Amino acid sequence: MNKKFNLNFFSDQKFRSLFYQTLVVGLFALGIYYLTMTTAHNLEKRNIATGWNFLNNPAGFDISFSPFLDFKSTDTHLKVYYVGVLNTLLVSFTGCIAATILGFVIGIIRLSNNWLLSRTAYVYVEFCRNIPLILQIILWYSILLLMPRIKQAIEVVNGFFISNRGLYSPRPVYESGFSIVFFVFIVGIVASVWIAKWSKKRQEKTGERFPVLWTSLALIVLLPIVFFFILGSPITFEYPVLKGFNFKGGMVIRPEFIAMFLALSIYTGAFISETVRSGILSVTKGQREASAALGLKATWIMRLIIIPQALRVIIPPLTSQYLNLTKNSSLGIAVGYADLVHGFGGISLNQTGQAIECMVITMATYLVISLTISFFMNIYNRSIQFKEK
Amino acid sequence: MTSENFSEFRKPPIATTGLLGWLRMNLFSNWFNAILTFLVIYFLYQIVPSFFNWAVFSADFTHNYLGERIIDRTFCTRVMEPELGGACWAIIFVRFYQFIYGFYPVEEVWRVNVVYLLLVVAVAPLLIEKFPKRKHFLYFTFIFPIIAYFLLAGGFGLAHVSTKDWGGLLVTLVLGCTGIAVAFPLGIVLALGRRSNLPVISMVCTLFIEFIRGVPLITLLFFGMVMLPLFLPEGITLDGLVRCLIAVTLFQGAYMAEVIRGGLQAIPQGQYEAAQSVGLSYWQLNRKIILPQAIRITIPSIVNTSIGLFKDTTLVLIVGQLDLLGIGRAVLAAQTWMGLSIEVYVFVAIVFIIFTFSMSRYSLYLEKKLKTGINMGAD
Amino acid sequence: MSENSIISLQKVNKWFGDFHVLQDVNLEVKKKERIVVCGPSGSGKSTMIRCINRLEEHQEGTIIVDGIELTGNLKNIDSVRREVGMVFQQFNLFPHLSVKENITLAPIWVKKLPKAEAEELAMKQLEIVKIPEQANKFPGQLSGGQQQRVAIARSLAMNPNIMLFDEPTSALDPEMIKEVLDVMIDLAEGGMTMIVVTHEMGFAKTVADRMVFMDEGRIVEEATPDKFFNNPESDRTKLFLSQILNH
Repeated sequence: MNKKFNLNFFSDQKFRSLFYQTLVVGLFALGIYYLTMTTAHNLEKRNIATGWNFLNNPAGFDISFSPFLDFKSTDTHLKVYYVGVLNTLLVSFTGCIAATILGFVIGIIRLSNNWLLSRTAYVYVEFCRNIPLILQIILWYSILLLMPRIKQAIEVVNGFFISNRGLYSPRPVYESGFSIVFFVFIVGIVASVWIAKWSKKRQEKTGERFPVLWTSLALIVLLPIVFFFILGSPITFEYPVLKGFNFKGGMVIRPEFIAMFLALSIYTGAFISETVRSGILSVTKGQREASAALGLKATWIMRLIIIPQALRVIIPPLTSQYLNLTKNSSLGIAVGYADLVHGFGGISLNQTGQAIECMVITMATYLVISLTISFFMNIYNRSIQFKEK
Repeated sequence: MTSENFSEFRKPPIATTGLLGWLRMNLFSNWFNAILTFLVIYFLYQIVPSFFNWAVFSADFTHNYLGERIIDRTFCTRVMEPELGGACWAIIFVRFYQFIYGFYPVEEVWRVNVVYLLLVVAVAPLLIEKFPKRKHFLYFTFIFPIIAYFLLAGGFGLAHVSTKDWGGLLVTLVLGCTGIAVAFPLGIVLALGRRSNLPVISMVCTLFIEFIRGVPLITLLFFGMVMLPLFLPEGITLDGLVRCLIAVTLFQGAYMAEVIRGGLQAIPQGQYEAAQSVGLSYWQLNRKIILPQAIRITIPSIVNTSIGLFKDTTLVLIVGQLDLLGIGRAVLAAQTWMGLSIEVYVFVAIVFIIFTFSMSRYSLYLEKKLKTGINMGAD
Repeated sequence: MSENSIISLQKVNKWFGDFHVLQDVNLEVKKKERIVVCGPSGSGKSTMIRCINRLEEHQEGTIIVDGIELTGNLKNIDSVRREVGMVFQQFNLFPHLSVKENITLAPIWVKKLPKAEAEELAMKQLEIVKIPEQANKFPGQLSGGQQQRVAIARSLAMNPNIMLFDEPTSALDPEMIKEVLDVMIDLAEGGMTMIVVTHEMGFAKTVADRMVFMDEGRIVEEATPDKFFNNPESDRTKLFLSQILNH
């Protein structure tokens, strides 16, 4: 009778769930306690400091690539962190833009009914997706390092030199008139947005359409150019000039950055192209047929029917590709690109020995970036769902 | 009005079928397409022959253009006569042992070969459904990891070989296969845990999955290599390779969990209800009813994730483990073979492509067989 | 080609690869005529009407719609599509647009109507198909029968001279078929030239001026409904009718 009572007790759902959960919490607490004790002991034994003070200590090393902040070896570890974050964001942001453009172009090419074109694109995508990213980064870096030495740098276009130390290009020096040109450019953008809105209202009212695209192009591109010449071309370029063993003047884009940028864009672009392709294919043939039967022209069908529906399918995986690219930027350590993991998570960690603090900060930074992007993606995703019963 | 006398079905007009018709429709259907076709042919004509020229026709394999055996870079044709030579594949041939076995002692290498062979025997019945005596072979597959471990590492009378001496393809396959084999059940457990009705377990699993998916694999590898030793009590050390394995497996397990969760979500509530009403327990209904269906739906994504894991194994070179690419870099660092980086990287790339391409072909074959196509990818 | 034919198909042949799907099809449709096309599946009936608005291309023969010949000429194709409305088996409503937006899309973009006028037109069409209250809902929120009626309204909004129906009720649950057929009957009584591919023989008997029976890519028999149902000439027609009318 005792046995039966015990079993009944245990079979009760509420009891069981409480039991398991308490067990898990208990094991967890025990585990964490044990872990903390062991770690503290080990840290003490190896004379490793703890605490966050090290952030204010001088780093003692140089960072090779810091386009936004000036960095000297006497700067603090905290500054190493900032430089790392900025470099990570730089290559991720530019990479995402390039990957998106590349991905959309190739995705659309893959849908072409020209067999040769779409098969060639297919082979290209398969190559890019199946070769590990780190190998692609190293490969590009090796190719860039095979470029000639500075003294024999190749002049690709007037003023642009490729060498094994990077891409040297003319540096624009903005003279006083340039701010006016820039101002006109901004005005052009604002005007285009305004014209787009006005033309939409006009179409609703009268049915007449307005060539918004061409007008915007004229305003944003042509108008500043016109002003540029009127004001007497207020830009000079400081050309890199070979003096001795190096170029003086101009600006340089380092091979580490170029390798990272190219590899990340091409690799992620290949995945994005597949996403774009399946997104556009997900729009059923019937949609195209119904629009055509109504007399809509091909460009309108794309713009009004296909793309809005395709985007709903494309955006979520697209965002996860952006996340992947951002995380993959950490591979820069393989070629010495000074991103967050390389500088702060790598060198700083080794110098100070405070592995736990450095790792926690590094991981937390990536987590914040990931969660932020996911958060906004979820909001957008929810807002564009088809309204259903 | 009727039409009773039917002539035979006619053949379509010549210009619309056969090779000519295919060409017309696919390559030359209009002016624009015709121009595109010519552009693509021109573009391919520029690239493909030069690549093949470099890689095959002008390349040295084991001997150079003078007929001498190549033992270091100075013997390569393109180092001696830059105009004549293409790729110098000799570096691969000379260093082939390192690429496949790393620094495994030569006298013991038969053990690695046995493991490679047994790997094929262990994996084949998993993949091929019509395998003869499949059930018996699957028992072997089950105990294979243990056999492989002892064969590779030592014990039972076999000499001990430290994992520091393992390298090249051996390391890549060990990491890849073990990783996939462990990440899959781990992913199932995590997915079920995340969907559990017990809030504590659900929360723990969710936090774990979101944390792992939010950080780069590199940081997890660093964590494994640098921080894990701090967590272990004195005297206990974990092998470097094992630490990498843990990091890689946890990483892939989280992604696998999301993929499987997608499959679990697609199972209609009715399945759960039907299974429960027959009296199946939580574990029984998951094992027998829900999971088989969920996995069947998500097989393409599971294979995709596995391909990703396989590619990710090369990251261990950053923390000092010499996988295939790591060995490649090590070989290049030596003076004797300096400057042949392109050859090495192309070789490594080709090896990877062979593996990943086979895996994705297998996935397509599975897809067709199971007639699934629902891709809930966590790419 | 006979006078006052608004649609003329002469010796039309089409192949899908090697499969000869339309064989020497000849059909003349007069203005305001209501044609019902029936036949076993695979007989080419859908393909035939899809050739009329160039959703499919014919390889041999001539198709003339309202005086315009259908060739590769894009301008002609556009003109024909403006004259011809089509209703699909799968409705094909635009899921990301509301019911009203579905209907106003083509008038705004193809006919350059101002938005207010287009919306007025849309509401008028919705009243004709008897669901004006659904104007601001989205297709996913409507039943199948309602969706198909919106599809009809969408085509009617372009003021076509000819309406093509490709098995409009085949994807509907039985209780919704009637509401769609009622709308189509109203349309027919209003004098619209219609070609309807369907299995609904009750509808055919009510509305059709002429029945066209197709099998294996050919038009086997054309007759008035009376003759067609009561006294068909061809054996194949008899076989088909026995299969379809006895369940």
